[in-house]
Amino acid sequence: MSQPPKPAAQPAGRANAKKELSEHFKQYKHVWVFIEQERGHVHSVSWELMGAGRKLADKLGVELAAVVIGAPGESMRAAVAESFCYGADLAYIVADEVLTDYRNESYTKALTDIVNTYKPEILLLGATTLGRDLAGAVATTLLTGLTADCTELDVDTDGSLAATRPTFGGSLLCTIYTLNFRPQMATVRPRVMPMPERVEKPVGRVIEHPLGMVEADIVTKVLAFVPDRDKAQSNLAYADIVVAGGLGLNSMENFQLVRQLAAVLGAEYGCSRPLVQKGWVSSDRQIGQTGKTIRPKLYIAAGISGAIQHRVGVDGADLIVAINTDKNAPIFDFAHLAIVTDAVRLLPALTEAFRKRLSPHTRDRIAS
Amino acid sequence: MHIVVCIKQVPDSAQIRVHPVTNTIMRQGVPTIINPYDLFALEEALRLRDKFGGEVTALTMGPPSAEDSLRKALTFGANRAVLLTDRFFAGADTLATSYALAAAVRKIGATYGDVDIVFTGKQTIDGDTAQVGPGVGKRLDFMQLTYVSKVVALDLAGRCIDVERRSEGGVQVLRSRLPCLITMLEGTNEVRRGTMVNALSAARATVVKWSAQDAGVEDISKCGLRGSPTVVKRVFAPTPRAEKAALVEPAGRPPADALIDEIFKLRPKLEADMFELARGF
Repeated sequence: MSQPPKPAAQPAGRANAKKELSEHFKQYKHVWVFIEQERGHVHSVSWELMGAGRKLADKLGVELAAVVIGAPGESMRAAVAESFCYGADLAYIVADEVLTDYRNESYTKALTDIVNTYKPEILLLGATTLGRDLAGAVATTLLTGLTADCTELDVDTDGSLAATRPTFGGSLLCTIYTLNFRPQMATVRPRVMPMPERVEKPVGRVIEHPLGMVEADIVTKVLAFVPDRDKAQSNLAYADIVVAGGLGLNSMENFQLVRQLAAVLGAEYGCSRPLVQKGWVSSDRQIGQTGKTIRPKLYIAAGISGAIQHRVGVDGADLIVAINTDKNAPIFDFAHLAIVTDAVRLLPALTEAFRKRLSPHTRDRIAS
Repeated sequence: MHIVVCIKQVPDSAQIRVHPVTNTIMRQGVPTIINPYDLFALEEALRLRDKFGGEVTALTMGPPSAEDSLRKALTFGANRAVLLTDRFFAGADTLATSYALAAAVRKIGATYGDVDIVFTGKQTIDGDTAQVGPGVGKRLDFMQLTYVSKVVALDLAGRCIDVERRSEGGVQVLRSRLPCLITMLEGTNEVRRGTMVNALSAARATVVKWSAQDAGVEDISKCGLRGSPTVVKRVFAPTPRAEKAALVEPAGRPPADALIDEIFKLRPKLEADMFELARGF
């Protein structure tokens, strides 16, 4: 005798509670990416987000829009044109001289106004100093959910955004949903998502929205902008080869072994979080969830145990080589090549061996 | 001048362990510390008070045990400490946390004098979101100044403040207005040591404890888990790669040579790339 069909049992807890959208929020459609510009230059994280946004939009069967906010002019036109080459179906722009410099008040107004007018279901921003400053203010103004520093974005079977990020200080991952609020907001750090392919395309639909604010309305004034000298910023995030050290180096002095190997390889050097906290290495060299995300061809990790907080920063590396004395270190779960030995002893030998292998003399011999 | 510094008690991340079987956090016995980024905020607040006069109130939201962090803040020299603790606050995401903290800042202002500046660290080391500071500022309708590396000038009478703010490609020098919310960048000042006098008075001091009702929270449904628009669907450990790392066995050869051979065997193209890069030096 067959049983009458029963509704599927609801899972316990709050995970599926309140996920049903009110009628008002059902109008919210399409995926938006905030295109971050600073002084006329688009931050590459915006294009990385366009790649991620394109996938979400395709899965949902909706459009992908670029949101460009700034001063009118050539750089604004270029940013809009580029956004179509990186996959936008349309662009929303707010162009006003008042928006020449980033300021929280004016950008928060611009972004919240267009969200309220055109109602996206998903809004993605780069987790940069600008993006985090803006996202926090916009999410609070809209009273919606915001998942910061995501490492993975996907669409659930019911069409909601599943945003995955490290949690508990980077020792586990968690997947977060936004309940019955829209838009679903998320930030992603630079280099976490791969750079999508750029395809030459003509400029498509552009919708302009007025700022509705004049300079006198804005309290905060920019007195000066002091650009970083190029040399001051490391190229860690974009380097082809990276050598990094962790607590297994045992002392601040031993960190020079990492730098020496990096110098021979023409590589950038980095470190794990504890070394920054100990004050051995400056924070702009930190690799991981709270530091830089890297995607090199070769990554050599010396004396790094490989907590998740570190792993999410290096998962995009093509080849991960781990040197560690502890054969059970978590880094061996995601490295491609492992050598169980003391990094302090191996590093100088490795530096010397690479120096020999990569000398012009050796290269000529291989070539002949 | 009245400054409120928001701090958070966090587990000392260096000592967090994950249970090897259940993949859950083993919280037992993990020591707690003041979120290290918050110490730069506290120090900057104390310096401004020492220079311009006034008071510094340390504020935290958390379980009753978060009182330890507040006592530490008193040892550094904060004038008073307020602990926002209530089961209604549990499970809050960034939006719900900023709601409760903003209510408490308003109540602190009403009770102990109008608040001119709220300081926070740039982010916490356990949540890492950097979103609560902006959220509190927005809810209070304070000017929002994030990633501040330096307070350049403060004019209390003119209600004017100049700061240097880190941006992606440089430093913005901003002139804004009080009241404001400042999130302080790390490494921007030398955090003082607590003095013996302050330590003794901190031990005797009373930490003010407020429930949601005490703090004047108007809508309890905006707090904690209930007030959070986001929900954690699942927590998991990342899957190891399908293949374990290939172990390099030197077998009598110098380990460095064996390792380099393996690298080039796995990625033959790397050798040519590395010649190019090495030539740059």
